[in-house]
Amino acid sequence: MAKFVESVGRDTLKRLDYVGGLSIGLWDAVRALRTTLPLTGNRYRWKASIVQMLQIGVDAIPMVGLMAMCCGFILAMQGGSELRRYGAMSLVIDLVAIGFTREIGPLLAAIAVSGRSGSAISAEIGTMMVSEEIDTLKVMAIDPIEFVVAPKLLAALITIPCLTVVCNVFGIFAGWIFMFFSTHLGLKLYVHEVFDSLVLRDVVSGFIKSIAFAAIIVLVGCMEGFSVRGGPEAVGRSTTAAVVKSTFLVIVADMFFTAIFYFTGKH
Amino acid sequence: MSIISVRNLVVEYGGRRVLDGLNLEVEAGETMVLLGGSGAGKSTLLRNLLGLERPQSGSVVVKGVDITTCSPAELKRVRRSIGVSFQSAALFNSLTVEDNVALPLREHTSLAPSIIELDVWMKLAAVGLADCGKLYPQELSGGMRKRASVARALALDPEILVFDEPSAGLDPIVAAELDDLILFSKRVFQMTVVVVTHELASAFRIADRIAMLYNGTFLAVGSKDEIRASQNPHLRQFLDRVPDNIATTHVVESFFDKYLRSPEVTP
Repeated sequence: MAKFVESVGRDTLKRLDYVGGLSIGLWDAVRALRTTLPLTGNRYRWKASIVQMLQIGVDAIPMVGLMAMCCGFILAMQGGSELRRYGAMSLVIDLVAIGFTREIGPLLAAIAVSGRSGSAISAEIGTMMVSEEIDTLKVMAIDPIEFVVAPKLLAALITIPCLTVVCNVFGIFAGWIFMFFSTHLGLKLYVHEVFDSLVLRDVVSGFIKSIAFAAIIVLVGCMEGFSVRGGPEAVGRSTTAAVVKSTFLVIVADMFFTAIFYFTGKH
Repeated sequence: MSIISVRNLVVEYGGRRVLDGLNLEVEAGETMVLLGGSGAGKSTLLRNLLGLERPQSGSVVVKGVDITTCSPAELKRVRRSIGVSFQSAALFNSLTVEDNVALPLREHTSLAPSIIELDVWMKLAAVGLADCGKLYPQELSGGMRKRASVARALALDPEILVFDEPSAGLDPIVAAELDDLILFSKRVFQMTVVVVTHELASAFRIADRIAMLYNGTFLAVGSKDEIRASQNPHLRQFLDRVPDNIATTHVVESFFDKYLRSPEVTP
């Protein structure tokens, strides 16, 4: 029993240590963000941020769009099959619109980026650790947080909310396809109903979540990359860990944010 | 006058003492070669000289600043006067050769791009890579990569130039070319050079003084002639290339003895 409690305590401390490390990393990265800004920062960092925006955001649009269409269609079909029995097919529109803007949009965009870019960030930094590139930056008096992490964080903070909007648009559009085939609802009326069902709070809560998810994905990816010691095998392990941990933390953070918005909202 | 002073430097990894109270003075303008076999502590000493690790005790004073206790800002200032060429060259694979060389200039100076371009070309010409600026590191041979890393180390015209195993993995001709490059750089740019190596030919060609490391302590520090004349048994063994009898140690003998007496061999 004592051993069990001991191991639970040790594991808990380890997790807390990890979250503490993430918080310190977040503070350092946020402080370094000013160096990436277009007018006040270093222009080469801004260029690096744009490259990252293309990789994290623009390149992910087709995949995220397709995933959102599939999820929107699934949500509408599942909702429709139940709501039809109560003659409440119009509520499918509310379900899809609110479901995507509050929840599925930010989560889907975050999971897609975690799989695509979280792993890539971790592999890139891990390889830089193994090949002494991070040490080189340090001895050149260049802060690796400023040089490597800050452009990625800025890119993710801008592109993941944008991807969330893409997700919402495609998911809600898929909801219309379902409604069109099941009730012959026109697009104009559908869009009108969507705007009727949404309030600003739904959109803002989704945005806040997506910003938090962006920070989690980049920081976990970077932290796993910086923790690489040894050879290529360690890079592979860090890549897997980055995806697993960032996806897990995104879902945990989502629960916390949803709880905050739920308890602070009007009922 | 000493530009680098190492005083009572002690480094331990997991309770194992790797550097045991080292003392060393490197004079301004000299070429100091840190010679030693594998596992002698050369790379650890180098990492401490560059402030990449903090020792258990002792100090490393570079240009009057104790880099083991100074602030990060002071460490950055000291590092700007040190150029480092790592064993693996550690060029950034995502950047062209000229971008690699331009990186410290872009980070630490406000020079116009045209001046940086000219400076980069001059540094690349000095190492014989004037035509290779547009190539990526993966398109270069091992020797060319090392030379490119020397050009990058020279970018900020450092007062101290550090080489980690410059000849490692190179054929004798390319290694000799690199030795020439070190001598040429020192003569042209008037700097202090610290070279970590286990290559005897290279060490005796480029050194003003040699410090011989063995099991974390200096066996001898002196001029080339003093080192050649030393009668220290470990130093003589290294200079005369006498192998250790690793196959006839007590552990190996007892293992074979046990194996030969086992029932599978002698039923």
